[in-house]
Amino acid sequence: MIGGPQGSGINSVAENFAKACIRGGLHVFANIEYHSNIKGEHSYYRLRVDSRELRSHVDWVDLLVALDKETLFGDLTKAHPTHSGHRHEVSPGGGIIYDAGLKLSPDSFGRDDITLFPIPYMDLLIDALKEFGKERELSKYQVMVNTIALGASLGLVNYDFGLASEAIREGFTGRKAALGELNISAAQHGYDYAEKIFGHSAFPIRLQRQALGGKRMMIRGVQAVAIGKVKAGCGFQTYYPITPATDESEYLESHQGNYNMIVVQAEDEISAINMATGAAHAGLRSSTSTSGPGFSLMAEGLGWSGITEAPGPVIILWQRSGPATGMPTRTEQGDLRFALHAAHGEFPRMIIAPGDVVECFYDTFDAFNYAERYQVPVIVLADKFLASTYKDIPFLNTDGMKVDRGDLLQELDITKNPDYKRYQLTELGISPRTRPGQKGGIFWTTGDEHDEYGHITEAAGLRVRMMTKRMKKIELAGQVIPDSKKATLHGPRTAPITIVGWGSTKGAILDGMEELSANGVEANFLQIRYVSPFPTELVQKVLYESRRKIAIENNYSAQMAGLIREMTGIAVDNKIVKFDGRPFSQNEIYEGVRDIVKNGMSEVMLSHA
Amino acid sequence: MLELKNYRTQVHNDWCPGCGDFGIVNAIQMTLLEMQLEPHRIAVFSGIGCSGKTPHFINAYGFHTLHGRVLPIATGAKLANPSLTVIAVGGDGDGLGIGAGHFVNTGRRNLDFTYVLHDNGVYGLTKGQASPTLPKGLKTKSMPAPSIQEGVNPIAMAVASGYTFVARSYALDVRHLKMTLRAAIEHRGSAFVDVLQTCPTYNDINTKEWYAGDDLPTKAPRLYKLEETGYDGRVSDATIRDVVNAKKGDALLKSFEWGEKIPIGVFFKMEVATFEDQLATRMPALAEKPFVEQDIYNRDIALLLDELA
Repeated sequence: MIGGPQGSGINSVAENFAKACIRGGLHVFANIEYHSNIKGEHSYYRLRVDSRELRSHVDWVDLLVALDKETLFGDLTKAHPTHSGHRHEVSPGGGIIYDAGLKLSPDSFGRDDITLFPIPYMDLLIDALKEFGKERELSKYQVMVNTIALGASLGLVNYDFGLASEAIREGFTGRKAALGELNISAAQHGYDYAEKIFGHSAFPIRLQRQALGGKRMMIRGVQAVAIGKVKAGCGFQTYYPITPATDESEYLESHQGNYNMIVVQAEDEISAINMATGAAHAGLRSSTSTSGPGFSLMAEGLGWSGITEAPGPVIILWQRSGPATGMPTRTEQGDLRFALHAAHGEFPRMIIAPGDVVECFYDTFDAFNYAERYQVPVIVLADKFLASTYKDIPFLNTDGMKVDRGDLLQELDITKNPDYKRYQLTELGISPRTRPGQKGGIFWTTGDEHDEYGHITEAAGLRVRMMTKRMKKIELAGQVIPDSKKATLHGPRTAPITIVGWGSTKGAILDGMEELSANGVEANFLQIRYVSPFPTELVQKVLYESRRKIAIENNYSAQMAGLIREMTGIAVDNKIVKFDGRPFSQNEIYEGVRDIVKNGMSEVMLSHA
Repeated sequence: MLELKNYRTQVHNDWCPGCGDFGIVNAIQMTLLEMQLEPHRIAVFSGIGCSGKTPHFINAYGFHTLHGRVLPIATGAKLANPSLTVIAVGGDGDGLGIGAGHFVNTGRRNLDFTYVLHDNGVYGLTKGQASPTLPKGLKTKSMPAPSIQEGVNPIAMAVASGYTFVARSYALDVRHLKMTLRAAIEHRGSAFVDVLQTCPTYNDINTKEWYAGDDLPTKAPRLYKLEETGYDGRVSDATIRDVVNAKKGDALLKSFEWGEKIPIGVFFKMEVATFEDQLATRMPALAEKPFVEQDIYNRDIALLLDELA
């Protein structure tokens, strides 16, 4: 773990370390916690490295890299402290790298079971700058102490420095190349110092390269979603700046030249969703991306998309702690019910909740096919934790991914039918659609109830037929889409315990299950991926057979457990919830289930505090 | 040769007799006819209220959207297919009340489209409340008390927001309205037309007689045409900041003329790069064909994956 004030460059340290690891055949799972602040507040990046693939983080730290004092001791002197530092989280036998310039007495750490590695950040940085004749510009380069710390941490675990310098170099191309070399030198100074002063045996953990298991990449949740959109042929993306969704749109905009995708920063989320719906009606695959506060504003537009049977948009809802502004940079699964019910009236919508970065890619791709096939808005329900999850995965496999544009008529087909009706009442509920510009395809569309042409009506009979037609589409989607996409039962089918969860908790649950199994507690995990259409029969079947059902959710009220009860009539036996804005760790899953199974608790509320 | 009937639908019209909306929809249809635009190349967007029903009466792709959201929806469709002629219509409450944020920000983009504001000072369909353009102190017949909120100036707002064609016309002067709409549609960029309009049912102040000046001692019509006074709102050189600012200043000053004399005509006009032009500089393919006509469904993402390796 590396911690420091915002703006101190913890991201680049963690990410360069991570890159060096995966290129050496290791596996990485990383995620960041930060404040809603630009500069100064405490943030930290957790980086877990292993020789096997990782799906979650843990709450203990083997090596803590502190760029400042607060990372060690917290902000307890403040009027409203938020944390007490990370020195308590270091596991016995672990170590802490910190600035020797802080002149801390070893006693002040209150730990005699760990090793302290004071590093003179500033002196080493000055040495590095001297080599480039820049020692007089110390204030300009001060932030580079982060790179000294990166080098020192690599030195302590005795990892291949060449891999790290390669990663650093890639971050500085073109005119910045010289700065890259300066950074490499700084890292080298840190590396050499740690090796020279503390030797090879001071820190018990060694990181060693291993053979590469195929071509791998490092990806963040926001990137996985964005690349899913590119692959799906999305041509139009709108957004209004909001944490943690904006990174996705910026990523797309920075690549739009390669892929012909219009990205528009709208004046608000009301505009963002309506622009996207307008583009969808016009025939372009479109999308918008937001978080809870923005989605609240989108409710109205969502309804218009629903009643006008627009072929989209795809809406990515990156959930964060709510309500209102809540904790803008912290995670939560608090919007499941909201996504299901946003906007007045009744209309079909699809909701998919990917569980990890790979599912983010495939589910986003599918969302566009569904939007056009069923002419419904599709919501991809992710969260801040997934957005900032940074992990290594095999190269995304795109074999067999096919764009399905649904019943989009070509001009030739339209001319065969001189009396085109955009909202033709069909058996399945889906009406073949045209797009503006097509000859013979003229349609009208309205947020009022309408007839088959799209003209306003208040006729009771027509209302009933149109409502039924629209609502039938979600039933159809439920029948056509295989259950295997909608939900997955992980682990032994006959295990005595079934964990039920959805979305970003997947990785921690799977890793926690392994830990449980190693301690004699067998469980399986029902991951619900489609919130709508809901895999009612599958869930019913699995839960009916299960002896103990434990819901695990990153929210207060276990919203999915409520939905399961609504859809299947089955109540879960126990709940493990966490709503402090922090994601579940592997060990929390283990501890939560243990408290229920072994200690007889019926409900567990976990908190990082 | 397209005829007027090619731009009309058979949909039952339920506007009040004498409504200014008839003048506007007729003028739109006549303009499209005059320009001989093919109906399937046109998309008409509306907000909510009496004017919201406009697209249903026009034989073109029609989008009857949400209250206040006509501009975002029109923007999305236009960007998806810039080859369409896009006309948005909406009431003054729709555009300057609930949709005011969109009005301002759409102006900033200079999208190539036309926005027609049905400006009658009242919310008609909800039975006569004061709209954002009703001047302070006035009380139309169904209001319980005079308005204690200032009225906004749509022309000034449009100029300040960045619309590059800003004009005003009158719903009952179909000839002038048609001429203005044609100039607006032909303008490359965001065109805004403030159409003064009577509401015979709820606005008993700004009536046809009032516009005709029947209450004035001179009995002279209130409306006069800018172009007949030598006023020229065209920016001669959009690259010179002072020239642009001077013209905007003239337009703003004119826009506050209200009372016994009310100007109609083109207040401001400037040719600069549109939003689509700017997107096309980033994505040259956009200049060739709208994205809806391109195959963007077989993209190779290897580039993106390699970047993350």
